[in-house]
Amino acid sequence: MIRIIVLSELIIIISLSNVSGSGFKSENPDVQDSAKFVSRFEADNERCFKCHGQDKYEYTNETLGKQIKDIMCSERIVRKNDFYSSNHRSFSCTDCHSDQYVKFPHSGELRMEQKFNCIDCHGGDEKFAKYHFEEIEAEYQKSTHFKMKDDGFTCWKCHNPHTYKISVRNNTNLKETIAYDNAICLNCHSNFSNFQLLSNKAEIDIIRKHDWLPNQALHFANVRCIECHTKINNNIPVAHQIRPKEEAVRICNECHSKNSILMASLYKFESKEQRRDGFFNGIILNASYVIGANRNEYLNLLSLIIFVIVILVITVHIVFRIKNKRKNR
Amino acid sequence: MYLYPKWIRVWHLINAAMFLILIVTGISMQYTGKEHTTYVVGFAKAVKWHNFAAIVLVINYIFFVAGNLLTNNGKYYRIGRKDFLLNLKKQFKYYSKGMFNGEKHPFPVTEERKFNPLQKITYVLALYIAFPLLIISGIGLLLPEITITTFFGISGLILTDILHITMGFFLSIFMIIHVYTCTLGHKPTSLFRGIITGYHVSEEE
Repeated sequence: MIRIIVLSELIIIISLSNVSGSGFKSENPDVQDSAKFVSRFEADNERCFKCHGQDKYEYTNETLGKQIKDIMCSERIVRKNDFYSSNHRSFSCTDCHSDQYVKFPHSGELRMEQKFNCIDCHGGDEKFAKYHFEEIEAEYQKSTHFKMKDDGFTCWKCHNPHTYKISVRNNTNLKETIAYDNAICLNCHSNFSNFQLLSNKAEIDIIRKHDWLPNQALHFANVRCIECHTKINNNIPVAHQIRPKEEAVRICNECHSKNSILMASLYKFESKEQRRDGFFNGIILNASYVIGANRNEYLNLLSLIIFVIVILVITVHIVFRIKNKRKNR
Repeated sequence: MYLYPKWIRVWHLINAAMFLILIVTGISMQYTGKEHTTYVVGFAKAVKWHNFAAIVLVINYIFFVAGNLLTNNGKYYRIGRKDFLLNLKKQFKYYSKGMFNGEKHPFPVTEERKFNPLQKITYVLALYIAFPLLIISGIGLLLPEITITTFFGISGLILTDILHITMGFFLSIFMIIHVYTCTLGHKPTSLFRGIITGYHVSEEE
């Protein structure tokens, strides 16, 4: 029964927020505005979207003198709406891709073009200095994902440059952020077609692997995978050092305590509000409730006072009983 | 006098054992800290044992309620309106003053009256109000997917948890007072002996 609930929860997470972002409806005003975003390269980009923006494309075969309709390879599709609501929406396609692509049919050699990684554009740029991309890169290089670099693992596997949008910093709905971010991991770790591109390991059963975790469905819906599977680095916005599975957090107290690590990860951008109505880690209460991390200091104090009074009354009663017994002797 | 039949004694024993486990594991979960990863029993172990003891406690509680409905044990918990507050005052006065002046117990234990008015009201509050609230909120925490998400804008889980820990705390205080008042029998150990053997020894005997 629990397995079914967790499975359906996972399906909801993936369907709510597929990695390409097409299913993700953010409540963040910035992101909503981006849907109305008008790119100054719209006309230029339209030349690409005409074919790459949907499943089907058409072209004229001049040799045959015929109009041909064909299916676009799913790997080469970039949905226009997804792109124009992504972080890179203000770009022209040819900012990153060769301008030779404007010619059709595309030259076969173009497929060999070097693709940029995040650091190629974001590194050493004053504009992005506050995000510490160099440190993100260094953390990534220490991560277990980096070991698969030669098998084709790149930043793109998690951050699709055509669709990725920053979620945790901007989104006011934390549940959406969690679903969006977890879908990035699940895109490979619960999708064997993608997983086997990078690993020869057998298919992972995420639910079975997390059998030890109490209230699995609740955890999956309320924290991101990276809360337990990364090493926190306070200098960067989001931890990028994915740890080997043996080093993942398995001690409940890491989150379920007054000094919960969630305050340095999931709630990092809101953690200035340390307490609310006497609750420790009060900001967590906006989206969730974590036993041990959200105890209330007023209730703590009140319970301590009641406890002390009860013990005092009992002690006084015992003293009187002893005195009375001596008197009666 | 034979006052505690076997089923009551078994229920009481299981209840006491499970409640002790629940208090220890509940404190372990609530006051856990990263610096004290094994605060009393440690979080992970505490969750498992808390759930186990809670399920046993609920089954035991159903057994108790059914026993009270099917036998005449339920009558001991019935509170009569007549002179109730006056009797309560009398009992309270006895515990705070009378017993030190050598006064007789205002409500001695008989086969018809197992509990004094103060016992009655605390047992009814504990067993018929706090216990069901503790169990309902506990089920809400054990199966959070069935808990209402928000209630007047406040997280349903927070309210459920606060209700649970508050009831748990009051029942823990009840347990401390209960254990202490059990030393107020004919001899400090006679009431403990009574709940084990089933026989109550009163001052008159």
